Amino acid sequence: MSSSRTVRVAAGQGFWGDWLDAPRRQVEGGQVDYLMLDYLAEVTMSILQKQKERDPRMGYARDFVGAMDSVMPAVADRGVKVIANAGGVNPPGCADAVRDVARARGAQGKVTIGVVTGDDLLPRLDELLDGGHQLANMETGAPLGSVRDRVLSANAYIGSEPIVEALSRGANVVITGRSTDTALTMAPLRHEFGWGATDWDKLAAGIVAGHIIECGAQCSGGNCLYDWKSIPDLANVGYPLVEASADGSFVVTKHANTGGRVSVPTVSEQLVYEMGDPHSYITPDVIADFTTIHLAPDGENRVRVFGIRGKPPTDKLKVSIAYRAGFKAVGTLVYAWPDALDKAKAADRILRERLDRMGLKFDEILTEFVGVSATHGPLAGEVHDVPETQMRIGVRGGDRAAVERFTRELAPLVLNGPPSVTGFAGGRPKVEEVVAYWPALVDKSVVKTKVEVLP
Amino acid sequence: MKIRLTELAHARSGDKGDTANVGVIALEPAWYPLLVKALTRDRVAAHFRGVITGGVERYELPNLNALNFLLHGALGGGGTVSLKTDAQGKVFSTAMLRMEIDVPDDEARALKLPGAK
Repeated sequence: MSSSRTVRVAAGQGFWGDWLDAPRRQVEGGQVDYLMLDYLAEVTMSILQKQKERDPRMGYARDFVGAMDSVMPAVADRGVKVIANAGGVNPPGCADAVRDVARARGAQGKVTIGVVTGDDLLPRLDELLDGGHQLANMETGAPLGSVRDRVLSANAYIGSEPIVEALSRGANVVITGRSTDTALTMAPLRHEFGWGATDWDKLAAGIVAGHIIECGAQCSGGNCLYDWKSIPDLANVGYPLVEASADGSFVVTKHANTGGRVSVPTVSEQLVYEMGDPHSYITPDVIADFTTIHLAPDGENRVRVFGIRGKPPTDKLKVSIAYRAGFKAVGTLVYAWPDALDKAKAADRILRERLDRMGLKFDEILTEFVGVSATHGPLAGEVHDVPETQMRIGVRGGDRAAVERFTRELAPLVLNGPPSVTGFAGGRPKVEEVVAYWPALVDKSVVKTKVEVLP
Repeated sequence: MKIRLTELAHARSGDKGDTANVGVIALEPAWYPLLVKALTRDRVAAHFRGVITGGVERYELPNLNALNFLLHGALGGGGTVSLKTDAQGKVFSTAMLRMEIDVPDDEARALKLPGAK
């Protein structure tokens, strides 16, 4: 293995719902070794769990099937490997769907799928609680027992180990459930460079590489505030890739002839995204120290990243638990000049008075005035004579009927409230079930991951 | 002189539960020490008074010329519980950059801040 060898991991999806064209553009736009696709956000698992309850073959990110179809030639004929946490709460079902795609594309025999399971703790929840694992809420300290009967999904965040195993057993498509986003990038580097389980600095570097590209184009010019007007051709934005070396250093870049930008500011913005204590970015494999990251320009749309230090992880895994927490609905009406804001505020008062008279009880009622104070609140300061404002009112509570009744109270305001109102064509607001997030910790030793590698 | 933070820094924000994080990055490395001095925890807490219900934590990242702030109780419960437009704290970044800070004129000149005379 030459020390100058680089491994190229490209990000093709930053969340479930990201750009459908991105995976194909990543494998066709230039040389890549691995395509990394991140589909899971905190609440995604509960959505998938609900889908699986309705149909046991479901419960994974369906977008991934289309993505696999679009990249199948690269996987089957050019040796590009795919790593995705698209499996959700049903990685084997996801693998079945990918096998169907391979067959339809005449690529059977060229696709070996590694399926990682063991992160799903829902079937084991009572066993764990009975065994003294409290799964207390990391933010409030409350024991899980208090919401046990409302739990929808429970998944441990698992690390790079099972993905590395799948790759070393010959998988060229690895499908996981709740792997950490960063492990999807770090695992192939660990596999390729033979990094050991205690090569803390290198593992940490792989995690930082993962953090930089896990949100897709958010490190290559998308959602970038720095000099945003000068960022070229976002219509044709290039998703990021890392060119990693065995020593743990890497370059963040994107394919030639794509839009967007990779620069020290664009990468810096992504590094601080969703950051907690930068000294301790905790993952199942390693704790990365983000205060040791060094960035340097390395030519056009290239940033070199180096110097990263890591330390041993804890003996816990984070568990992402989702539970039913009542209902909510949000509705809007638009009020026009003159006195747009005064009219909207009057409408809000009238609506609240009517809810009050009906004796409807909610845990929260929130009104925002879009165009005036919805995003920055009082920090936006006083505004005068706005051409229009949208009254956006939401309610949340445990009583579904009360939330339903609220949704009937907006439309009448059009004829029986303040004047110059419009923008109600969308109809009644929809009642949504609130699925709340319960972060917890569990002993690493109780989570057993399993790897199956099948053609 | 008074100067708005948006003239000195760029920023990105995100969420963890009901906490928003705001990373503030100096536009010029030479301006980072000024941010460290001006953006104290108390100053940021005062800026967001009435907007957040919890406390503020601050971390320094001199390697990135950046400060990271955790704003607790910022998101109306966070995630899917929240009724807010910005339930995931995406624009706390620019809310932070509205802050006005005082810089002595000679320091502003020495640092070549925009608008320094």
